[in-house]
Amino acid sequence: MKSNKFAGKESARSTRSAVLDTPHDASLDHGVFTGRLPAPLTLSINGANVTLLIDPATTLADVLREHLQLTGTKIGCDRGACSACTVWIDGEVAASCMTFALDVRGKKITTIEGLAQDGRLHPIQQAFIEHDAMQCGFCTPGMVMSCAALVEHDPNPGLDDVKKAISGHLCRCGTYNNIFKAVMSTSGQSRKENKNA
Amino acid sequence: MPEQQTKLSEPRTLQTGIIGEPIENTKRDVPILEPPPLPENAKLSAIGKPYPRLDAELKVTGKARYTFDVDLPGMLHARRVLSPIPHARVKSVDVSEAEKYPGVRAVHVLETILQQSVLRDPKLERPSRYPTVRYAGQPIAAVAADTPRAAEAAAKLVKVEYEPLPHVTDLDEAMKDSSPPVFPGPTEMAATAGGGGATPGLPEHGNVRGPDKGSLAGGPRGDVDKGFSESDVIVEAEYRTQVQTHTAMETHGVVADWREDELTIYASTQFIGSVRDEAAEHFHLPKNKVRVISDFTGGGFGAKYGIGNFGLMAIYLSRKAGAPVRLMLDRREEHIYGGNRPNSIQRLKIGAKRDGSLSAIKLEAYGTGGVAAGAGVGFAASIMYPCPNVLTEEYDVYTNAGPCAAFRAPGQVQGIFALEQALDELSEKLGMDPLALRDKIDTSGTEDSKARAAQRRIGAGRFGWKAQSKPNSSSGPNKTGPIKRGYGVAQSHWVSVIYPPTACEVRVLADGSVEALSAAQDIGTGTRTVLAQVVAEEFGLKYDEIGAYIGDTRYPPGPPSGGSRVTGSLTPAARNAAYRAARELAAKLGPILKAEPDEIVFAEGKVSIRGKPGSEMPFREAVQKAEIDEISCRAVRNEDYDGYLMKGPFFAIGKQGIGGVQFAEISVDIETGRVKAERIVAVHDCGRPINPKLTESQVLGGVIQGVSYALYEERHLDAKSGQQMNANIDQYKMVGAFETPRIEVHLLEQHGGHSSTDARGVAEPANVATAAALANAFYNATGKRIRTLPMNPANVLAALRS
Repeated sequence: MKSNKFAGKESARSTRSAVLDTPHDASLDHGVFTGRLPAPLTLSINGANVTLLIDPATTLADVLREHLQLTGTKIGCDRGACSACTVWIDGEVAASCMTFALDVRGKKITTIEGLAQDGRLHPIQQAFIEHDAMQCGFCTPGMVMSCAALVEHDPNPGLDDVKKAISGHLCRCGTYNNIFKAVMSTSGQSRKENKNA
Repeated sequence: MPEQQTKLSEPRTLQTGIIGEPIENTKRDVPILEPPPLPENAKLSAIGKPYPRLDAELKVTGKARYTFDVDLPGMLHARRVLSPIPHARVKSVDVSEAEKYPGVRAVHVLETILQQSVLRDPKLERPSRYPTVRYAGQPIAAVAADTPRAAEAAAKLVKVEYEPLPHVTDLDEAMKDSSPPVFPGPTEMAATAGGGGATPGLPEHGNVRGPDKGSLAGGPRGDVDKGFSESDVIVEAEYRTQVQTHTAMETHGVVADWREDELTIYASTQFIGSVRDEAAEHFHLPKNKVRVISDFTGGGFGAKYGIGNFGLMAIYLSRKAGAPVRLMLDRREEHIYGGNRPNSIQRLKIGAKRDGSLSAIKLEAYGTGGVAAGAGVGFAASIMYPCPNVLTEEYDVYTNAGPCAAFRAPGQVQGIFALEQALDELSEKLGMDPLALRDKIDTSGTEDSKARAAQRRIGAGRFGWKAQSKPNSSSGPNKTGPIKRGYGVAQSHWVSVIYPPTACEVRVLADGSVEALSAAQDIGTGTRTVLAQVVAEEFGLKYDEIGAYIGDTRYPPGPPSGGSRVTGSLTPAARNAAYRAARELAAKLGPILKAEPDEIVFAEGKVSIRGKPGSEMPFREAVQKAEIDEISCRAVRNEDYDGYLMKGPFFAIGKQGIGGVQFAEISVDIETGRVKAERIVAVHDCGRPINPKLTESQVLGGVIQGVSYALYEERHLDAKSGQQMNANIDQYKMVGAFETPRIEVHLLEQHGGHSSTDARGVAEPANVATAAALANAFYNATGKRIRTLPMNPANVLAALRS
């Protein structure tokens, strides 16, 4: 598999993206009038700048998945209802399927691929592994992003905080209880509340 | 190496029973090539340990590659054209405008439709190039283009001319003589690798097909009328359950890559073998020219088998365009034609003697799986408790709605919702505790009934069952206020399904590393992990040192991930292969260690001679010293030592089933009708748990799906337009973090002497009892029975008013 570390090295992919998303006959699409002609933009993703030429209607989720091959970010519903596409924008969780890529220029995007630092997993990733807070794993990247954001903001969350943090996430396999346990195991409040998870 | 198909067997004495309870010696005829029986998990080093799943890091870092993530060079994107009307003849399809759209590379119009019932006599319908539309959202055609947006725009340019026909979507309406027919004559529905299907040749009247009298479960017994006349107590009621959609997080889909010399399909599937076989059949290819790959599947729950209509379309498009095509259903399509659990109307009557013994069970049940058959629910009533007089009559009712598919214990979830509530009612009428009634009637004497007895006892202790109050109690927490709490219990049952062709190859490579290969797949259960643990045990290695390779049809045949059959099918084959590879290795190490092969022991990453301290040598070093060429052993999943109950084309059923007992605590707001599941204690058996941590995860998931089914989920169709009104996640209510109850799981370790690992499945029974346990708890809380699912405010307030 391709390495996902791109620091200006992704120009080949970007060119391809531009080619793919440019209407073959732009006049057919009335692109001039609807703003659908490709537009250049530079995004900061996982600490690296990447420049792309994309259709302005492209969502951040599609940029990550289809243009940058950062497929750890999943799309479950494409309407902001399942949170599988959760990423961080300037450290805050956001549904990347509901975010236009053009709107996050100048902001710092963190995806699941950028969560581990220097090859060390984020404590939440480690806790998910230890508590088997996953089954099929399709919702897992989004869950991890929301739970990691929670503990980044509050290292001692309570059980209700954890529930609130993932309340917009759908897991069809039913990993909620193990996610509660995983996050609470990293929390200073764990001794107090973990038995209720 | 010769196949392990030898008929030669020898009598062996096996220790059977539940660990922690009295153990018995059981004599079984065992094939001589089978490894010696394993001791209990506590005495093993890799099996039975709650290790994290092998692919956990891939999943938490986003590196796990699902079909949805596959991106091949030059890959095209596909969009479907769906019928906007629920019943119609397709007069013409004009794709010329779509084909001209910029970026479009291929358009395909479906001329075959899969996954639904077919007319016994196709001549009853006017011949047409195109399949008749029988539900709103049925796929008509698909477009492949350079970009998803071009495909979507072009799909809108496909012109379809319909001749509308009258339609029906409601179960009760469809049963009437005056209802429009969904099919113009009698139908058949073949079973697939995913199960389902309908008994062939049954009578059909209008949309109603049946009765099916449950021949699979033994058929009618005794004389129910006589049984009821001899009963001291009779309970009789009608139960209704709703249509539930599978809603796996990853939708159905494939990436099809048609080449001159080979067709490769990446598939989000529960059974790569079925994808290969169906693709080969429909495209007239030899099976060795079709390769199916599935690294990870984002959930399935029963609905992901075969190539489906979407797979047909993707393969045709790839062939036409000469490029790989990714076709994933969108979320709306997933709800509409990705499969569903049929609804049901069940009229259940049970008669018993004063002492609780059952004298008669009669069930008449109707359900609709839309345009597919397979709505039967009578299995539980027919076989769960021994009864001399049993009659089950199940009817499929066709409606103009998307086809049903197997869904985590198909039929059993609906059937047990009725059966276990009826028994609760019976126990009250008899003045018996519900657990005491089960003690009285769950008396088959099989290992199932022994497991259930232990589960009732253990679960009651953990839940604190004895302390429970009387129904609709006005004391304790229910004294004042609108929130009433209650407690209920229900039993679960499923059959132990085996996939007989399952095989596994284990290799010891020249450098001393070990790998295992089987064409199973992982839908979230942890298949790689249990495979690695079983192989590691034979070599005394760590489980994460084993290369566990699945998800490719080029490996030896693996089981479908459905019917709770992977662990029970795969682990014996894997252990058989690993055992033989280890013995072969021992034979090669003998001369080097100057010991007889029988004296060589593999443990703790080392090779040693039994009884000779100081003879240890690191495993890899020893293998390298032996200068072996690769050792490769392939073994199959032999028949259960005690034989099978029955054997079908894709499955065999073991003589012992699997199941559990679940205890539920509920709270009901009698003013708003809001219900919450507070706490569930789930006690389950799965033979030998190979990895208790992963097994527990499956039980947790089963309970949560059970709660979701019981309290929230329901597909809504608009009768007039035939459209689903809640075909997305924001509209189709399911359990989320705040609706998740506290859940305690307890697993039995039960050795049945069936196979070389004695492992069996768990996923389905974990989902079966929850709705019934909650319904019984609802009665305990309110004094009213809730016989209609889901327990949403409308149904709850109606039940409270009754």
